[in-house]
Amino acid sequence: MSTAPTSGAQESVNASAGKVAVAWALVGVPLAYGVYETLTRVAALFG
Amino acid sequence: MGWLDRERTVAPPGFNRWLVPPAALAVHLCIGQAYATSVYKTALVKHFGASLTEIGVIFSIAIVMLGLSAAIMGTWVDKNGPRKAMFTSAMFWASGFLIGSAGIFTHQLWLVYLGYGVVGGIGLGIGYISPVSTLIKWFPDRPGLATGMAIMGFGGGALIASPVSTALLKMYDPNSGAAGWVASGDSVGKLFLTLAVVYLAYMLFGAFTIKVPADGWKPAGFDPATVKASKLVTTENVSAKNAVKTRQFWLVWIALFCNVTAGIGILEQAAPMIQDFFRKSDGASLVSAGVAAGFVGLLSIGNMAGRFAWSATSDLTGRKRIYMVYLGVGAVLYTVLALAGSSTTFLYVVLAFFIISFYGGGFATAPAYLRDLFGTFQVGAIHGRLLTAWSAAGVAGPLIVNAFLDAQGKPGQLNAASYQPALLTMVALLVVGFVANLLVKPVDARFHEPRPDRDRSTEPAMEV
Repeated sequence: MSTAPTSGAQESVNASAGKVAVAWALVGVPLAYGVYETLTRVAALFG
Repeated sequence: MGWLDRERTVAPPGFNRWLVPPAALAVHLCIGQAYATSVYKTALVKHFGASLTEIGVIFSIAIVMLGLSAAIMGTWVDKNGPRKAMFTSAMFWASGFLIGSAGIFTHQLWLVYLGYGVVGGIGLGIGYISPVSTLIKWFPDRPGLATGMAIMGFGGGALIASPVSTALLKMYDPNSGAAGWVASGDSVGKLFLTLAVVYLAYMLFGAFTIKVPADGWKPAGFDPATVKASKLVTTENVSAKNAVKTRQFWLVWIALFCNVTAGIGILEQAAPMIQDFFRKSDGASLVSAGVAAGFVGLLSIGNMAGRFAWSATSDLTGRKRIYMVYLGVGAVLYTVLALAGSSTTFLYVVLAFFIISFYGGGFATAPAYLRDLFGTFQVGAIHGRLLTAWSAAGVAGPLIVNAFLDAQGKPGQLNAASYQPALLTMVALLVVGFVANLLVKPVDARFHEPRPDRDRSTEPAMEV
């Protein structure tokens, strides 16, 4: 009996961590692409 | 539409607050497209047979509408919560692109003014302020970090929109391989339609992910007394209506105005300026157009990085001190740039990078500064009113620089010395901003909102 809430809480934490990872990927991947594309232009400055 | 109400967005126990920054970023990355309009500027000039100025007006209207809508709608945003505000912003921003595309397809420039400029500009203003107060409430322990993460997105949005728009224009225009190619109006119209759909989806993701904390919520292990270490950080609240009556609001307004005006002075002229600084006596520049474009890219990175790094640092240093750095160190760097910037390109690039990082930092730190001075009660609305400083600087910055440069000669004939009057004027402005920031003191108690244990009987008068 006492383990049920703990297990439920653990599932909730895992689901929450998964959601956080997906949310950050949705914004982080395009941003990383934009920074990469810009840095390739910046390379001309030091090339 | 009750599902958009603030009451329906209260986070359940156990909600992970780290979901809130990506929700805010989703909105700011989309509206940051406003700084990538140069990608299709030439195409629109050709399509409409208009001048650069006439096309530039589209962006100017959008920025003026940003300031106006943020100032006017700020109280509405605070009252109705971030989900409704983000949803509304998404509708305006996407509609702006749709109306704009209709204007392009039908050759009606006024429709582009109305669509991207007016309707889209309203979306910009509401979207910019929509997540700010929510972030501050979720991160009372690190408000500078939280707002820095979101407002960094506004700088980062252009970094994404610029290459993506270029790729889409090439895809939509069958003549994209031709020498001296300028994108067709048809391809820009299709680009607008695509951006409308993509931005709508991303902004709705933000709207449906964001939640507000329950009343009385605080992070585990957080002790509000640790934040109240500085006398400038209040635990009281001031309404937006009263905040604009305080000297503090206008001092911060002046500090932000001076900081933004000085930054825009460089940003506006970035590519021609670096070429003019290293112009030889025969009129040719040591800096090619490709290298100048790389310099503009570096400034974009500095602008974005400064928003995050300096704002996060302000949690450790305090807001007033970090503004002293933006304005004081900024003035010194600007002076060196004006007097010795032409000695080496490395020195020039490093100076410009830090100046622009201070420009971005000033934007991102402003909401946390307002939280410190006026509390969290209507910080979104107060922030909206403060953004009128941005609109004013958007007019003043280019005006100052262009007026001085026009008096110095024609484009292509300017050199480093031609920029000295404009740059030294910016130094003077930064000193004014530094002094204004220095004068910021805690807000007088008569402006505080009444609490059950301490009532106020009369409306406070304007502070003198």
